[in-house]
Amino acid sequence: MIYKFFNITGLLCLFFKVSLSSQLEYKLNILVDVLASILNFIGSIFILSLFFTNGSNLGGWSWAETLIVLGIYNLLESFTISILQPNLTQIVRHVQQGTLDFVLLKPIDSQLWVSFRSISLWGLPSLLCGIILVSYGFYQSDYHFALTTICAFILLLSCSVVILYSLWFLLATTSIWFVKVWNATEVLKSLLMAGKYPIHAYPATLRLIFTYLIPIAFLTTIPAEAVLNRISVEMIVFTLCFTILFFCISRAFWIFALRFYTSASS
Amino acid sequence: MSCISVLGLSKTYFITNKKPGLRGAISNFIRKEVIPVKAVDDISFEINPGEIVGFIGPNGAGKTTTLKMLCGLIHPSSGELRVSGYRPQLRKPAFLNQITLVMGQKQQLIWDLPPLDSFRVNAAVYGIPEAEASRRITELSSMLDLNDELTRPVRKLSLGQRMKAELLASLLHRPKVLFLDEPSLGLDVNAQARVREFLIEYNRIYKATILLTSHYMGDITSLCKRVLVIDKGKLFHDGSLDQLTNRFSPFRSVKIKFSEVYPRSLFTKLGTVEHHDQSILKLKIKRTQLSSSLSYLLQNFDIIDLEIKDPPIEQLIRDLFNNNR
Repeated sequence: MIYKFFNITGLLCLFFKVSLSSQLEYKLNILVDVLASILNFIGSIFILSLFFTNGSNLGGWSWAETLIVLGIYNLLESFTISILQPNLTQIVRHVQQGTLDFVLLKPIDSQLWVSFRSISLWGLPSLLCGIILVSYGFYQSDYHFALTTICAFILLLSCSVVILYSLWFLLATTSIWFVKVWNATEVLKSLLMAGKYPIHAYPATLRLIFTYLIPIAFLTTIPAEAVLNRISVEMIVFTLCFTILFFCISRAFWIFALRFYTSASS
Repeated sequence: MSCISVLGLSKTYFITNKKPGLRGAISNFIRKEVIPVKAVDDISFEINPGEIVGFIGPNGAGKTTTLKMLCGLIHPSSGELRVSGYRPQLRKPAFLNQITLVMGQKQQLIWDLPPLDSFRVNAAVYGIPEAEASRRITELSSMLDLNDELTRPVRKLSLGQRMKAELLASLLHRPKVLFLDEPSLGLDVNAQARVREFLIEYNRIYKATILLTSHYMGDITSLCKRVLVIDKGKLFHDGSLDQLTNRFSPFRSVKIKFSEVYPRSLFTKLGTVEHHDQSILKLKIKRTQLSSSLSYLLQNFDIIDLEIKDPPIEQLIRDLFNNNR
């Protein structure tokens, strides 16, 4: 088991090394992407600040607290840009060109390969913005630093990463039937933007939808509550179960979908 | 024990039938007309370890579908399949470690990086230790005549070089069963010959079983003692190339050079005169009458040179598939 774990970690490192060297072949992209990230970052802080011009709060969340939510959103975005986007667009291409054949013939878990084959550096600016925002928000709010807080935050953030991954992966899997699903992922991205603000800022019905149907609450609000030490043990356990369930569904769906893969003709 | 065994294998695809134009697109969007197409229809064969078998047939005959079922990429609609004792569709790692699929029109090498990087990824995926991997890369690249190409980005390689690198990438784990789908597609004559020589050598050294499809009869005649001929999903020949010619081409071409000029009418009863020019005669004679006709010719005429040939295999295959339509 441990041997297998190290094996997979080694393999992932190699995947990332290879894909980074592949990106270095095209050096010019870097600057534009970094610039876009910075502008995007400034823009979202500005919009958020508009809600607070009169000193009001957002669904019971203060300015500093909302910054933590926005910071977590940025962290997830960096994960999307570095891992989800480059790999899951590749699934669509694999299906379109029939090169999924090669993936399926490797003696390695096909989900692992299609999900983590490449990594993009362009998620780094978002990662940095996220870390700054979460730290700043935490510093500004009057909560005390505790080890349990950090542990709960890391745990719940990992959960939100897994949920986000499962959502994307579910959608990308449908390309086995529909081939081109790229527009659908754009819709998903827009929906996920709702995660920039705490879930309590939305009306009750939307809140229900964003919790159970499209689990946006789990993505940003719940990890933010962990930072703010406002989360109960029951909620942590519930989130954990929900995450495991969600991941299992996405995996089962992939295995199910592969039965229908007919591979592009030659 | 046979290495590949196929019994009553069938595959039915459901394809949508779409009429042309906007109207067709709309009606297709509202209600898809789905029709079943039998790509592979009840075929059975066995292949022994170490055999090289050619799989021939026109486009859309079901060759690629069969290969993909043998690899486990496509689930068969019905029938029994065994490759090295495994059921391919389960795609067990132990099975995948023993096979490889090379496709002439699809590539697995990373486009922007030198082939060596792709080899390293494959070696890691198959769990080949680094030292062993580099030993194998050296060995295979010398067999394939690859040197500097290994450190150049794949996008800068010629088609022939790329195919050779593809072969290396697919054979790094030393598979015992090779499925090759038109490995020589688009290659020039030299590159084709190099690939063929390589396959023969690989087969000899590693006792690998090879099943290959190709539209170049050169590949088939130089590599395969046995061919499977498939058309419209049905297998209609399984045997040697000679048997195929005997079965489907009952004639032989005979070219004779005489020391003097004889009238054409003397030869018409022997067979079809294809060409008669001064002292040179080309005749198409039925196989069954070949020996009697030849002894008649040798006894009654003064012959300088005699040549007996099978009709070209390309011609034979073309006739075969045309008649079958």
